Amino acid sequence: MQKKLILDSDLLDITLSRLCQQLIENHNDFSETVILGMQPRGIFLAELIQEKLKKTLKKEISMGYLDTTFYRDDFRRRDVPAKASETKVPFVIEGKKVVLIDDVLFTGRTVRAAMDAMIAFGRPSKVELLVLVDRKHTRDLPIAADYVGKYVDTLTSQRVLVELEAQGHKQNKIWLIKKEE
Amino acid sequence: MSKLSQRHLLGIKNITREDIELIFETAGNFKEVINRPIKKVPSLRDITIANVFFENSTRTRLSFELAQKRLSADVINFSASSSSVKKGETLLDTVNNILAMKVDMIVIRHASVGAPHFLSKHINANIVNAGDGTHEHPTQALLDAFSIQEKLGTVEGKKIAIIGDILHSRVALSNIFALKKLGASVMVCGPPTLLPKFIGQLGIEVEFDIRKALAWCDVANVLRIQLERQQIKYFPSLREYSLYYGINKKLLDSLKKEIIIMHPGPINRGVELSSDAADSSHSIILDQVENGVAIRMAVLYLLAGAAA
Repeated sequence: MQKKLILDSDLLDITLSRLCQQLIENHNDFSETVILGMQPRGIFLAELIQEKLKKTLKKEISMGYLDTTFYRDDFRRRDVPAKASETKVPFVIEGKKVVLIDDVLFTGRTVRAAMDAMIAFGRPSKVELLVLVDRKHTRDLPIAADYVGKYVDTLTSQRVLVELEAQGHKQNKIWLIKKEE
Repeated sequence: MSKLSQRHLLGIKNITREDIELIFETAGNFKEVINRPIKKVPSLRDITIANVFFENSTRTRLSFELAQKRLSADVINFSASSSSVKKGETLLDTVNNILAMKVDMIVIRHASVGAPHFLSKHINANIVNAGDGTHEHPTQALLDAFSIQEKLGTVEGKKIAIIGDILHSRVALSNIFALKKLGASVMVCGPPTLLPKFIGQLGIEVEFDIRKALAWCDVANVLRIQLERQQIKYFPSLREYSLYYGINKKLLDSLKKEIIIMHPGPINRGVELSSDAADSSHSIILDQVENGVAIRMAVLYLLAGAAA
């Protein structure tokens, strides 16, 4: 198995800072904006971003978790049903701007499911997507991210592995993995 | 693992502790779903489910139907009283006719013990047992144990007394299996005529005195006296049963601790449970009903997912 480092801890911090600046540019003081981390892995990133925004803006940022399992389009099309995680949307999203956050954007199917899941809680005035890694040219659906940490050229045989301290890893590291034939 | 070990839910006896825990975890997620502004998810949109009820039911059928609709499944309902069963059609023919209309899952209630097991050997669809005679009622046991877990944090190590008509109760047997698998201590309590002779061999306590049973337990699951199944007299009168085995507020207040009162419904108020006990803060009877929908959603979701 070959492993190639795409982002290390320092670079990740710079990238997250830039993403937060971009968010503040578009959302001002976040009074009309909420962030939603996508389960299972997007929530760690969402927490990092919430933390950074909190420091910069010196105020609480509303954050929730969104689980897409019951909205997936591959139910009964995979061997084992996907395991559900917790959904927690402790605020009203009706009329709000929502920033969806996930670690890796690949086929776009999870994002489609997330939009379905989100709409069960109300009608947001605007929805944006933030991803840490955007895998280019791998989309199955017409979906694009508004904020991207890093664009990566990948093959479908490759995988992007996000290791974050919050998930129990020693250091924040993002890898590109190629499975050997 | 996020897959059940079985492709049918025939009884609690056939499934593992891991299966029960997976169902509980999934039910927890569905409980959040049914408390949303929009209480529906599209998971089972390409699935058709037939609710085949050869015995009367209000709560279970409504609960299953609601669970199916919350999952976006297509639902057809069949009840024996208004069907060709009256004209002499066999169970297998009836079900095969339903399946010929391209149905993916069968939820069946039948007065005969083993009817769902019999079907599972002859047909291809997923089968959920919604009660077979006096044998098992797995979804009820799951929602009971789930309600206990929700209220007490865990089932493991808790003491649960099942009180009343154990002899005719499918809820009792399924509850015993589920609670034992989850590591609880179980006691049955009732008049000797309403306790099966060898029930103690399931590894549970048997008690005839309700005061002792209530003093022992953390949770009392009170069962209905099933007069419709009793061909002979098992006790002199309902009044006498109520006097010796009925639970009321006074009895609960005389205990030195708080216990939880459960009942699978329908309650015979004033017989096994008085109104002041059923409506007291001890009672989690309506939580059981709410959890019933979440548990049934989890069971249907996991079984449908395993079919692929």
